[in-house]
Amino acid sequence: MPEQHPPKHAAEGPGAADKHDGTASHASLAEEETAAVVSVDTAGGAMEPSAVPATAQSGKLPGGPDTLLRRIFTGSGMVSVLAVLLALVIGGLLIASTDKQVATTSSYFFARPTDFFTAVWNAATRSYIALFQGSVFNPRGNGVAAQFAPFMETLTIATPLITAGLGVALAFRAGLFNIGAQGQIIVAGILAAWVGFALHLPMGLHLLLVLIAGIVGGALWGGLVGLLKARTGAHEVILTIMFNYIALYFLRYLLNTPAFQRPGESNPISPILDPSAVYPQILGTQYRLHLGFILAIGATLLVWWILNRSTVGFEFRAVGANPKAAQTAGINVPRATILVMALAGALAGMSGVAQVAGTEKVLTDGVAATYGFDAITVALLGRSTPWGTFAAGLLFGAFRAGAVQMQIQTGTPIDIVLVVQSLIVLFIAAPPLVRAVFGLNPRRRKPARTAKSKQAATTGGAA
Amino acid sequence: MSTTVSSPRPGNPQGGGATADPSATALSAKPVGWKTPVLLAVFAVVSLVFFGFLAPNKTASFGISTGSDFFQLPALEIDAAVGGIVLSVLLLALAAYAVYLKLKNRPAPGWLTVTFISLFVAAFLIWVVGGARTPAISLAGLIAGSVTLAVPLVFGSLSGVLCERVGVVNIAIEGQLLGGAFTAAIVASMTKNPFIGLVAAAAAGAVVSMVLALFSIKYLVNQIIVGVVLNVLVSGVTGFLFSTVMQANKAQFNSPPGLDVIDIPVLSGIPVIGPILFRQSLVGYLMYIAVAVVWVGLFKTRWGLRVRAVGEHPQAADTLGINVNLTRFWNVTLGGAVAGIGGSFFTLVAIDSFTKEISGGRGFIALAALIFGRWNPIGAFFAALLFGFADNLQSIVTIIGTPVPSQFMAMLPYLVTVLAVAGLVGKSRGPAASGIPYVKG
Repeated sequence: MPEQHPPKHAAEGPGAADKHDGTASHASLAEEETAAVVSVDTAGGAMEPSAVPATAQSGKLPGGPDTLLRRIFTGSGMVSVLAVLLALVIGGLLIASTDKQVATTSSYFFARPTDFFTAVWNAATRSYIALFQGSVFNPRGNGVAAQFAPFMETLTIATPLITAGLGVALAFRAGLFNIGAQGQIIVAGILAAWVGFALHLPMGLHLLLVLIAGIVGGALWGGLVGLLKARTGAHEVILTIMFNYIALYFLRYLLNTPAFQRPGESNPISPILDPSAVYPQILGTQYRLHLGFILAIGATLLVWWILNRSTVGFEFRAVGANPKAAQTAGINVPRATILVMALAGALAGMSGVAQVAGTEKVLTDGVAATYGFDAITVALLGRSTPWGTFAAGLLFGAFRAGAVQMQIQTGTPIDIVLVVQSLIVLFIAAPPLVRAVFGLNPRRRKPARTAKSKQAATTGGAA
Repeated sequence: MSTTVSSPRPGNPQGGGATADPSATALSAKPVGWKTPVLLAVFAVVSLVFFGFLAPNKTASFGISTGSDFFQLPALEIDAAVGGIVLSVLLLALAAYAVYLKLKNRPAPGWLTVTFISLFVAAFLIWVVGGARTPAISLAGLIAGSVTLAVPLVFGSLSGVLCERVGVVNIAIEGQLLGGAFTAAIVASMTKNPFIGLVAAAAAGAVVSMVLALFSIKYLVNQIIVGVVLNVLVSGVTGFLFSTVMQANKAQFNSPPGLDVIDIPVLSGIPVIGPILFRQSLVGYLMYIAVAVVWVGLFKTRWGLRVRAVGEHPQAADTLGINVNLTRFWNVTLGGAVAGIGGSFFTLVAIDSFTKEISGGRGFIALAALIFGRWNPIGAFFAALLFGFADNLQSIVTIIGTPVPSQFMAMLPYLVTVLAVAGLVGKSRGPAASGIPYVKG
């Protein structure tokens, strides 16, 4: 990642020391800032840092005191916007780098560079416009309903992302890194789908049971990880990764058994769920948007309430901030670990239900798609806050919905969305980097001191 | 305002363990638990019931020699029921010994667990093969295939060892393998030279690692987050370039010349051992060398001592004049290069072209192997072999047709890993400062 040194540093150091001072102040700024972050994270080093930096948990960043304008531009909200912008720019360059027109114009770059830059601009913007039209508003649609159809598709795809993301975010807040949303979605999907196609119950009751089955399935799968973690101290990252695979192979096994395979079908696919077991389409039959989206909003509210208003939520946050202090204060840490993982699983379970009872209406081994993994990036982008996760889920839902249209219209592969998504999270996690790229780092007062200590460190290292 | 920030004390053995569970940190003072003896006993009983009493009434045949050996050994014929019962009794004896040790308040030694696992696997193998439609497999082929499948896992877990020993958690092994596989394919195709492809793969892995190092060391982003995100990023970039560049011109960009198997004369004719040790591709030989070099380097050299010091107690290391963050940076980079070489195995040895997600989650298995092998290169090597064995057994078992559904065979490595991290292999504790950024204070 190229690090640009903004010219403003030149004003601080005289003459020959310019470059050195600039570099030192840069490095030391990052150090100081991040040092403060670590100090918050680890309670001054007394404990292992939680899986999520304290900054990501509170959404605040320690920034240097400076002018009001500078503060606005260096605030965390601005950093998020800039991170998205930067990721889009890099994604655009990647798109342009494989574009034919760009390759043609680059051959006579020195003769007419404007052609080249126009081609780069066109290649990137063409894809992004297609992405926008596929996810938010399509002006060529036939009537208002069709024009907003892409947005409804975005909301549909965002539904499982939001609920699974909430699950990951909730676990983050308790200091647990839940990579297992994928497996939790699968197990929830298995149970919900089975209730949906094997039992034949009256309207309303059936859907309720489907929902409960899915939530219980996810909660069990997540809670099991919490139990193993609390009892044996096994690391939840490894456990959840392994549980994802176990759930996937179990699903594949089930789809080859008579109980789950659709009669007369050789492919691993389940029967279609009963009409009484699927979510109603809330905005009419022309959109796929279903009741699950309303439930996702409800889940966001619920998680907000749990985290900010309830006793268990306080316990979760206390455990996430400092498990030893929480233990000392009388909080049952193992219980909180199990409970938060079960709740995280339950939320991911809602995604499983949204998949089998909402969009897919059958169970296949692709039931979870990559929602479980995307949920991690959603939670990270949302800084583990409920509404942040909700917004991030909408954004990633838009990316996914739009990417399909983008691939059809411009031939740009869907994978570019993965690139942009991961870059966004990377940049948001490293605000000093984003601010350095845009030249927004707060001014430093004492470049000399740190320059000396850096030098000492280097010479010390050689000994 | 100076940078007076109290720095973390990650090396503190009471507070800096790999687990946040306070009850697990003070294990040294605790009496030996019942967990291992009970687990062993349960497995021994399972073995006796399923592999002994419920064994198929057939003879399992294990071929030992392959056609190219110097001398042919007869196939091993074992009656499934008898073999199962004999092995199960041995397992019960081992479990009883573990219980005896527990009553004496002594922990079960490492050899006991290893022997137990080996015998259990043998009993399982006899049961599976005995119950198959064609109860005969080539043991030599099974083991040789396991080693082949384990090659990327070994490289991946070595990368993990190098990173975690120096205090950086490497979840990005999957991305390093995938990046290596992609780069090896595209560079080898363009240069028509697999060796340049191999070097490029190492470089690609190192680049992925450098991003990990940059973000986790300089910007102090949580290492697990960076790792997870890097996996997605590499998957996205390689998938994008595969769909655009490689698909457009397969002949030029995605038809790498392979690395051939190098057959060492005479030695490769030794039954069983020959194909494993002396009939490998260049990457396969590199694997053995890498395991040895990393082990010797970590435990017998000054460099290794420094690396381990940084991973266990960075403040102490810093006090003694080791540049902690620089050491971390270069070790993580080296780890990435090792994983990159492992990735080249996919496109230069196993398959002759790149496809999306060719690494297929093996980076995560490598991570499990690393923990299973207790952060030791040799331990990780054998753990990776076990996973390769399970992988290979699954495909062989599907061919010979057994009553066990193949999905359960595929699930086995993951179940074993869960048991392993939950304490079957004893307390496995990572380097104390692993995952904790170091800030000079």
